[in-house]
Amino acid sequence: MLIYYLIIDYDSAKLNGGKCLHGYAGRILHIDLTTGKTHVEPLNEEYAKKYIGGIGLGIRLLLDHSKPGIEPFSPENPLILTTGPISGTMWPTGGNGHAFVSKSPQSFGVGESKAHGSFGTELKRAGYDAVIFKGKAEKLVYVWIDDDSVQLLDASNLMGKSPAETEDAIREELGDYYIRVAAIGPAGEKLARMACVINDKTRAAGRTGMGAVMGSKNLKAIAVRGTLDITAAKPDEFMEFVKEFHERMKGPATQKYRTLGTPLNVLVHNSVACMPTRNYNNASFEGAEKVSGETMNERFVAKIIGCSSCAMRCEHMCVVQEGPYKGTMTRMEYETLWAMGPYCGVDRLDAIMKGMDLCNYYGIDAISAGVIAGFAMDCYENGILTEKELAGIDARFGNHEAMVQLIEKIGKREDLGDILAEGVKIAGEKIGKGAEKLAQHIKGVEVTGYDLRCLKTAALGFAVSFRGADHNRHGAYGFDIKGKVNRLIVEKGRGKLVKDMEDQYNVIDSLIVCKFSRGTYYKGFEDMAKLYSLVTGFDVTAEDMRRAGERINNVARLFNIREGLGRKDDTLPYKVMHLPVPDEGPSKGAYVTQKELDFLLDDYYQSRGWNKDGIPSIEKLKELGMDDLIHVVESKTGKVKKAEEN
Amino acid sequence: MVKIHERKFVSADPEKCAGCQVCEYICSLTKEEAFNPLKSRIRVVRMNQLINLAVTCRLCENPPCVAACPRDALTQSEETGLIMVDEDKCNGCGWCIEACDYGAIMLHPENKVVFVCDLCQEQGEPQCVKWCPEEALDLITSDVLAQKARITAVKKLFQEAMKVAPTT
Repeated sequence: MLIYYLIIDYDSAKLNGGKCLHGYAGRILHIDLTTGKTHVEPLNEEYAKKYIGGIGLGIRLLLDHSKPGIEPFSPENPLILTTGPISGTMWPTGGNGHAFVSKSPQSFGVGESKAHGSFGTELKRAGYDAVIFKGKAEKLVYVWIDDDSVQLLDASNLMGKSPAETEDAIREELGDYYIRVAAIGPAGEKLARMACVINDKTRAAGRTGMGAVMGSKNLKAIAVRGTLDITAAKPDEFMEFVKEFHERMKGPATQKYRTLGTPLNVLVHNSVACMPTRNYNNASFEGAEKVSGETMNERFVAKIIGCSSCAMRCEHMCVVQEGPYKGTMTRMEYETLWAMGPYCGVDRLDAIMKGMDLCNYYGIDAISAGVIAGFAMDCYENGILTEKELAGIDARFGNHEAMVQLIEKIGKREDLGDILAEGVKIAGEKIGKGAEKLAQHIKGVEVTGYDLRCLKTAALGFAVSFRGADHNRHGAYGFDIKGKVNRLIVEKGRGKLVKDMEDQYNVIDSLIVCKFSRGTYYKGFEDMAKLYSLVTGFDVTAEDMRRAGERINNVARLFNIREGLGRKDDTLPYKVMHLPVPDEGPSKGAYVTQKELDFLLDDYYQSRGWNKDGIPSIEKLKELGMDDLIHVVESKTGKVKKAEEN
Repeated sequence: MVKIHERKFVSADPEKCAGCQVCEYICSLTKEEAFNPLKSRIRVVRMNQLINLAVTCRLCENPPCVAACPRDALTQSEETGLIMVDEDKCNGCGWCIEACDYGAIMLHPENKVVFVCDLCQEQGEPQCVKWCPEEALDLITSDVLAQKARITAVKKLFQEAMKVAPTT
């Protein structure tokens, strides 16, 4: 049933004679879900150049389009969907990305998550660099973006369906099998805080609860079809560069992803005892061999597939052919494998795959889901939660059935799953009795598969990440694991290492190229600047790109500061700071003290040009051409001064 | 005249095709100077994550598209086997689209006449085959396809023996 039918008839909708600009579509689509009204505004060229696209543009738009202190689930919180300037071209891994940005219901600061597949490329061809959703629909709807036509359609028949079922149902209903869909599952509808948005059935914008924000708006799915041409400003040189990257992608920089995939990490991390096991009770796992990438590939991988425009392909599709979980088919990566495996003490790949499949079904971030299951198991082992409270689940570490059941409970928000679906931070506070100390998170976002006690550069990166616990904001674990620094100590210079990586990762996520391809950018910012220039026609240098990366980190920091986050939140999970690694071997006894953390933060803030409280200096903002945002800093430092006077 | 079984067409190996659509991008760029899968002569079908295949014109013998055209707008080159579209005669009625079992002939979104793979005559070789990162696409005759299928079948039959057979 059609409930609203809207066609954009603004002149701006026909920018550039209906053809896309080079790289950018030049348009931002606003959809007010409360009133059903939409309008299109031209993309501000200055923003494009300063914040690139993807998360950079998204975070800047978030800052502009939200009032300070809004509740993440309030209709006022905008949900921003962006593409990058590279989206829609055949740039290998870069043609297909999109990002969701909003105020996170987990961290109450910047929420952002990217996904690949084929959704972003379609949205770009429909002619949008960004879509800003505001308000809340009266009942469950999905939005159907068909080039210039934007409709809100009734989704009551999709209620309770998984993202994959939703995708199929929408294609059937609209009668076009090439429509791309990004949807939430039942958990997103029920505002589980770690709910994700899934496109192409197994590709998730996973972290920081963007699916929950979507659910709070009664928005079940976004369906897109785009027909516009996408061109590069300098097509011949661009294709030469594409060719060069096709070659690079056949080389050593991507070998890991093309062969064993990221689950290769299991044995690597285990060998240096930096794989958090049983909710951080250990740093290595005796069952690692059984859940290794090697075992996975030998026994379960049926095919490796690729996203739109990719020239390396990484998606290891696994099929369980026998046993209690027979018939399960899912993609598998290290992080999710780790979370539902070693982190829960589970040494069965088939059960891990079932857990992953359930996460995809309910639409929850599988990293967070596994960490929450591990947390519940730790509570159970410590007598904080009883079998009765867990509705009969014998949540011992290593019980694969319990892990699967817990994920099902979280997905359904059933029994204790209702509290667990709030994430470990809030669940820990609600459960009490010391559960708070077992909740391993940073800024409310669950930890990922790197033991921060013995990876101290990574620990800094995780502590300062603007979206909470995360390896993908900096990749600083690389220095530690590859032995480029002494991973067990803190020293001057780690701050700059993290800063430089963050700046680069910000550009990667704003162009939206795949992180798995980062090693093919042999010349770093220089390659990225060349790519950006060839596609958009704007002439930028490597230094311009680096500055954009730095600017994006600062705009994210400004948002977090505006929302009340600061140095106190740049911290580490309880166990990382209080429970030394017990395992025999190179990491034994390692943990991070408050003194070490303070040392690292001071070093990092200094390298960023921020003050002791982690607030960007006015000089830094001026240096980065962010004069228009100085008021955010002034409102905070003004308050600090007042407090001191009192 | 070239014998029918020597005609080559673009075929995708289902074992290798990863569904990445690079063929669609390079096809639309080559023929239309833009990235737009809707203008590609080769199209990827992803049934689910495990079933991916790029599909394009197979240069059929007695092509049903030619037979179906009520305006004689389609002909098959005797020399190459390519389907040729007389754009003046074609009115975009779509009978040929319905007749094709492979969805290989399509209505152009702008020109409103049908279009189909021509093996990149101008470039001298099909660009999709050249660019496929998985080497999943081949310019191949039906004879060689049959040969390959036979070899695969025999290999499967003698799996155990193949393991100990010398590789050279």
